[in-house]
Amino acid sequence: MKTSSGTTGLILNEPLLWEKGQKGRCAFSFPEDDVDSSPLDPELASGGPDFPDLGEVDVVRHYTRLSQWNFGVDTGMYPLGSCTMKYNPKINEKMAGLKGLAGAHPLLAGHLSQGALKMMFELEGLLTEITGMDAATLQPAAGAHGELTGMLVIHAYHQSRGSARTKIIVPDTAHGTNPASAALCGYQPVSVASSEQGILSPEAIAAVMDEDTAGIMVTNPNTLGLFEENIRQIAGIVHEKGGQVYCDGANMNAVMGIVSMGAMGVDVLHLNLHKTFSTPHGCGGPGSGPVCVREHLARFLPVPRVIEKNGVYALSEDCPESIGKLHAFYGNFGVMVKAYSYIRTMGADGLKKASQLAVLNANYIKERLKDVFHLPYDRPCMHECVFSDKIQSAGKITTLDMAKRLMDYGFHPPTIYFPLVVHGALMIEPTETESKENIDLFIEALKSIAREAEENPELLRQAPHKPKVTRLDEVAAARKPQLAG
Amino acid sequence: MKEIDDLTIPDLRFAQDHEWAKLEDGGVRVGISDYAQDQLGDVVYVELPQVGETFEQGAVFGAVESVKAVSELYMPVGGRILAVNEKLEKAPELVNADPYGDGWMIVVEPADLRQLDALMNSAQYLAVLKG
Repeated sequence: MKTSSGTTGLILNEPLLWEKGQKGRCAFSFPEDDVDSSPLDPELASGGPDFPDLGEVDVVRHYTRLSQWNFGVDTGMYPLGSCTMKYNPKINEKMAGLKGLAGAHPLLAGHLSQGALKMMFELEGLLTEITGMDAATLQPAAGAHGELTGMLVIHAYHQSRGSARTKIIVPDTAHGTNPASAALCGYQPVSVASSEQGILSPEAIAAVMDEDTAGIMVTNPNTLGLFEENIRQIAGIVHEKGGQVYCDGANMNAVMGIVSMGAMGVDVLHLNLHKTFSTPHGCGGPGSGPVCVREHLARFLPVPRVIEKNGVYALSEDCPESIGKLHAFYGNFGVMVKAYSYIRTMGADGLKKASQLAVLNANYIKERLKDVFHLPYDRPCMHECVFSDKIQSAGKITTLDMAKRLMDYGFHPPTIYFPLVVHGALMIEPTETESKENIDLFIEALKSIAREAEENPELLRQAPHKPKVTRLDEVAAARKPQLAG
Repeated sequence: MKEIDDLTIPDLRFAQDHEWAKLEDGGVRVGISDYAQDQLGDVVYVELPQVGETFEQGAVFGAVESVKAVSELYMPVGGRILAVNEKLEKAPELVNADPYGDGWMIVVEPADLRQLDALMNSAQYLAVLKG
């Protein structure tokens, strides 16, 4: 094996800013005070917030040091399953930083915002083309917000037909937020188990679908990284009883330019621009979760809608059946710019190729590692593959131990213990942006970890050894959190 | 994690979802099995219902959170909640330390005691665990 990319180096400790501050330090010079002092209303006077006094160098070193403790997509491979942590080309960041776009005020009049509105209008068009849907809203702030938007649209649709349905079908391989989004909308989630092949069977759906059920929330590809092959038949069953098909498009990275969601029978779909369409994410955003719908649901989309007339773009509130407004202004605009830039720079062929490579990379890892780790669903996967710790657990080595050890080799660990349908899951999503050399190194690292599990299990139980902080007491942190700062 | 033979499986009634149920004077006491707590790992939070709420058999009455995952808790028998173990709020580790004792979760006034009889006995539960 080639040299591991994980090594040790000098990393500097850094206290909290409150511990670092010293009375009287300041990062800038105030202009000379040329205003007479005047008494302040005692009700307004108080000690003020507890901010530390810091010099500029204190602040710069603080954040530089913290950034050196970090591991990101720009540092190395980050195969966090279900998260699509791909490398995001810097050109997209540059476009979002263009002064005219970054500085555009949301209250600027429409005739002074034609470029921004045109970009939004065209992005909606591009997203509907990529997904095979008919209309889109860019308003939702992230994936789960998109799910809620989609559920509200489905609710509005049923209401418009005088139908008060109470339930939603949610498979056990759906994204974890799906049942919560349905419940927030007043629906009772009805859980359906996936088949032995890890996908939904039409029979299981037919058994629960009735005229009291608003529809189904399906994630396709699902959280096992498998394509729901029976989706058209399932959509038929749901439609026959008057239900709607919601697809969680968070895993769209596997099927861009390959699958038409509309043709698959999907009525509502959300996308995660911050995953599939190249916005750096993690640690809370900002994200963007556009919702695409078929024609019959377009009139329920949130307002304002971006419209075009004779080459002039405008925001329209004239949508009487709309579910209303879901975000201050129009959504997370900067993320839209990055997605637009990504789609336009990649082009149709480039997006299709990205999905093909994402799927190829995951299958390559699956095939190269399936002799070493238990593969619960041994069939072609999409953009991610799911192993378990079944083989290693016989020697009392857990998924957690192996994930921690992977850090010593210089890789971010995969997603662990998810999806819940696989016991001790190890969920690997390499994405399309890793080279074969990197992926081979990753495979070699996991193979040597499997060897270590047999030869030196204690090494894994104590791992990681090289990072700045080693094995943390996650239990104590959850039970007795010490919050400061 | 424990081997199956190391698990404690007392003479109680067990549901498929690894809750145990025990008939007492005041109602049916419910918790999760030694196997369940062992599989979950260290429990860090237990969410329990309000006293007085009513749930059907199989309905979700709460959730148990470990560092690995959040798992739902299902009613082994339907009925009204008579008591919840308030100690678990401050000391969720009781679920791991004493799953059949201090780690109990709720006491239910059963709607139909036949539901209790239909649950597995300890031998049947052990057979399920052995698969």
